[in-house]
Amino acid sequence: MASEPKTAAAAPESLLAAPDRASQAQITAEIVELHADYERRAEAGQQLPLTQLDFPPYRSSILRAPTKNPKLVDPETIELWSPAYGQRDVTAIESDLTLNSGSGEPQGERITVTGRLLDSWGRPVRNQLIEVWQANAAGRYVHQRDQHPAPLDPNFTGAGRVITDDAGGYTFTTIKPGPYPWRNHINAWRPAHIHFSVFGASVTQRLVTQMYFPGDPLFALDPIYNTIRDQKDRDRLIGAYDHELTVPEFSMGYRFDIVIDGPNAIWFEPEEGEH
Amino acid sequence: MGERAMGAVPEKTHPQTPGQTVGPFFAFGTDYPKKHEVVFPHSPGAIVLGGIVYDGAGDPIPDAIVEIWQADADGSVPRARGALRRDGHSFTGFGRSFTTDEGRYEFWTRDPGSVHGEAPFFAAIVFARGLPDKLHTRIYLPEGEAALAADPLLASLAPAERATLVAKRTPQGYLHHDIHLQGEKETVFLAYG
Repeated sequence: MASEPKTAAAAPESLLAAPDRASQAQITAEIVELHADYERRAEAGQQLPLTQLDFPPYRSSILRAPTKNPKLVDPETIELWSPAYGQRDVTAIESDLTLNSGSGEPQGERITVTGRLLDSWGRPVRNQLIEVWQANAAGRYVHQRDQHPAPLDPNFTGAGRVITDDAGGYTFTTIKPGPYPWRNHINAWRPAHIHFSVFGASVTQRLVTQMYFPGDPLFALDPIYNTIRDQKDRDRLIGAYDHELTVPEFSMGYRFDIVIDGPNAIWFEPEEGEH
Repeated sequence: MGERAMGAVPEKTHPQTPGQTVGPFFAFGTDYPKKHEVVFPHSPGAIVLGGIVYDGAGDPIPDAIVEIWQADADGSVPRARGALRRDGHSFTGFGRSFTTDEGRYEFWTRDPGSVHGEAPFFAAIVFARGLPDKLHTRIYLPEGEAALAADPLLASLAPAERATLVAKRTPQGYLHHDIHLQGEKETVFLAYG
């Protein structure tokens, strides 16, 4: 009991593929129809979450999304705090995914991703943990459940961590991930993305999201990206190419700022160290 | 918590970054040693908090993450660092558990105390493949009927909904708490005002 859970077993086919798989055209039509419906409901004054939980084009959400509206609560004291992290909890090499695994250089296009972690009032969120994970340049994840025929890279695991600095800033060095096939429907491909897991000053601000790359032709086809109902909000997940961040003869630079929403009560919370 | 007497909150100026699913491949990005050991196993006061995460068909979900964040036994809010690199004695109040192939999550932890006379609970967050965004919930301790009755959230719920937020004490003093993402026994999930 209570030993470290094991997650390495390969998933049966049934976990990955819906029994009767739709075509891309069907999925795209469902996405377009749902987005139009959300727009009508929003215009009629209905409050809708930014990310739709019940989004049938993302087939595995059908049995996993709650069907009831969440209960609106005032956060209690413990919910206005979150775990404490500090600069020394993570070593510098953990934020360089091109160095933190293997002994040689990984294959692919070297990039840096830089941004700031901010709250809803634009204040920097300091000393918080950001975790990232991603596929390699060929679109392959280091995971037993990913067995599609693209090569693994012995010099790339694709996981990193960083603690935000005093300005809420963070930087990763990595390889641009490739697009990735999955079994949601026939010929389903995920746009290239980096997973982000972010902690805030309040546990209510906890965020897991994905950063995408500008101009990806797969955006309109992807059920996961389109669980976000509004184009303005979908655009917020696209890192911006920034030539100022590009390092001559070394790496391409992208900027990705992250805003974590908090309840109004956290406006008043004292800064760390004022207790 | 309600209104505070400290003046008005300014308008929010920065639109939030929307959430996305954690996907199927979170394990290598969010794993670290002893992530589910909020306290050292079998140390005085240590209990196992665990249960099964179910989908709407009643099947266990083998690729979910459950995180807990809690007060210490005396009701204090943990400020010790080290949730990422466990030293085996500092109480950081945070734990993370990946569900097993049988859908089971579990933590070594201890009962949270009451922070300001409120009914003690674990703040819990659930992520999963197929779940487009995080879900917040609470796991209340089953003891202390008066505090539970006075809890504003629990008091607002029908008995069947309330039951989805209160853990069961096992004969050995551990806590059992299943989480249903969907269906008849759907867990009550939270949005914060």
